[in-house]
Amino acid sequence: MDFRLTKEEALFQKMCREFALNEVEPIAAEIDEQERYPEETVQKLMKYGLMGIQFPKEVGGSGGNYICYSIAIEEMSRVCGTTGGIMSAHGTLGAWPIYAFGTPEQKEKWLRPLIEPKEGAKIGAFGLTEPNAGTDSAAQQTIAEKQPDGSYILNGTKVFITGGGRADTYVVFAMTDKSKGNKGISAFIVDKDDPGFSIGKIEHKMGIRGSQTAELIFEDLHLPADRLLGKENGGFKIAMMTLDGGRIGIASQALGIAQGALDKAIQYMKERVQFGKTLDKFQGLQWMVADMYTQIDAARLLVRRAAFNHDVGLPFTKEAAMAKLYASEVAMDVTTKCVQIYGGYGYIREYPMERMMRDAKITEIYEGTSQVQRMVIAGQILR
Amino acid sequence: MKAIVCVKQVPDTSGKVAVNPDGTLNRASMETITNPDDLNAVEAALKLKDETGCKVVVVTMGPPPAEGMLRELIARGADEGVLVSAREFGGSDTFATSQILAAAVNKIGLEDDDIVFCGRQAIDGDTAQVGSQIAEKLHIPQISYAADIKKEGNTVTVKRMLEDGYMTIQTKTPCLLTCIKELNAPRYMSLGGIMDCYSKPVEVYDYNTLKDDPLIDPTTIGLKGSPTNIFKSFTPPQKGQGKMLEGADKNTCETLAAELLKKHII
Repeated sequence: MDFRLTKEEALFQKMCREFALNEVEPIAAEIDEQERYPEETVQKLMKYGLMGIQFPKEVGGSGGNYICYSIAIEEMSRVCGTTGGIMSAHGTLGAWPIYAFGTPEQKEKWLRPLIEPKEGAKIGAFGLTEPNAGTDSAAQQTIAEKQPDGSYILNGTKVFITGGGRADTYVVFAMTDKSKGNKGISAFIVDKDDPGFSIGKIEHKMGIRGSQTAELIFEDLHLPADRLLGKENGGFKIAMMTLDGGRIGIASQALGIAQGALDKAIQYMKERVQFGKTLDKFQGLQWMVADMYTQIDAARLLVRRAAFNHDVGLPFTKEAAMAKLYASEVAMDVTTKCVQIYGGYGYIREYPMERMMRDAKITEIYEGTSQVQRMVIAGQILR
Repeated sequence: MKAIVCVKQVPDTSGKVAVNPDGTLNRASMETITNPDDLNAVEAALKLKDETGCKVVVVTMGPPPAEGMLRELIARGADEGVLVSAREFGGSDTFATSQILAAAVNKIGLEDDDIVFCGRQAIDGDTAQVGSQIAEKLHIPQISYAADIKKEGNTVTVKRMLEDGYMTIQTKTPCLLTCIKELNAPRYMSLGGIMDCYSKPVEVYDYNTLKDDPLIDPTTIGLKGSPTNIFKSFTPPQKGQGKMLEGADKNTCETLAAELLKKHII
């Protein structure tokens, strides 16, 4: 067993760190304050192939693995939770289902433009959640009515769609057979310019405020038969498998936020003087640092193991859920403690700590709440 | 057609600077980076590669770990690396270094339409001598402080950035250009480049590889071949606090003039 990164992965980590410090960190506070989508960063991420890391070159991706994908999201999230979240939602939620379930024609038409390493590539998003169907995704009210010619007409609304306000290509779920519950859901590919599709409200959020989380509205949206992704009524499986992989991305985002907060807190402790000595000389705070460092390292081992399992084809449902559950709770705990270490400075917007604490919270909620992760883990153990 | 880029691994001065008791840099205990101006030189070569498809060879002289830097530059887009490394080359000053690097360029082979790129200067020594010396020893034209480079056929047009303006110079290849940070914004490594960089060739040139070049002679390389003697190195005393005057009114101007007069500057 070897816990080290390969030399390629280590070099990739170095590249991501440089990119994050030069391109992402300088605008992190501004995009949070303005609720602005960091388009200039996303264009650069595309140019360097960082929006298609884990996809093979044959389908247009960069030919990396999930370890690299996880590293990239961790490094970006260390300085900006929004940017890490954008990468995760695009890669695993927007692009992956088309990669895994698309026909060769669908992959060429819809996947390649999402993951090609070039500026001006497209952005993907994933539409499952509805006002009355969050964790209970089988309660879908978006309906896709099959027409005699094999096409579909979609009506309904999706909410809280990460990147929804900016994406070009959406994987959207709708009921094709209401009587069958979970087994009556199908997945479709929707283009932002499709007549009948519109973007509703852009949400004002507590954290990851630059991610353009949006409402999607379908009004008699006509989709030809070739927009069906996978089998008709096979959408629930697509959604669940997509979310399994998505959890590796969110776990990496949470891990990055936690690591970034601790990095900054340690730096602050070495500079801030109270009672004639720097904060790092106080044992009460030293113990907090030791605990946080240990938690973060444990989270990293869980995240890397889930990514490793994905890379080598081992089951990873339980592992990804454990990684996301633990890393997101660590992110919330660590950022809260780091705000405490910063004291009054931690609570004001001039310093990054309160932003990191706000950004951390979403990782316990989206792509399955912590409660859902526990359901998934228990379900896997007790089956 | 080739672009040969000479690069140097230097201590990262943004981190902790460690100094030996004798005043020299304790290089072993400091993190290393690619010299910043050299990254501009690499970027200039990679741009030429983007436009013409030419081969880019990165060359460095240094201890074996400098191979890591060459791999990173290959991950940015260079095709091959050459590591010039031998005990005999240790302790070289700029004169001896340029002897050895010029011999290395000869060994790689300089063709009619090739360009040698160097950074303007390294952040550790700040001499800005090696690039120019290499050109002299190769008997090729050189243009320093390149802020813009255009190549058409065998003609290279370079805008040099000087303290008080620009100077545009044309020359023929093969030639050597030293690059400044205003020239371009160096690209990052790419994931594809990283995946391939350990399988691309990095050749090691040791003393035996280069010893037959007329430039290589025990009296022209290494510590013995270095005419520079370091008498003493020390940290200069900190300058006193500056004084800031703000405003564009007559009063401020008079205060400024009085200050300068008092210090006998005007």
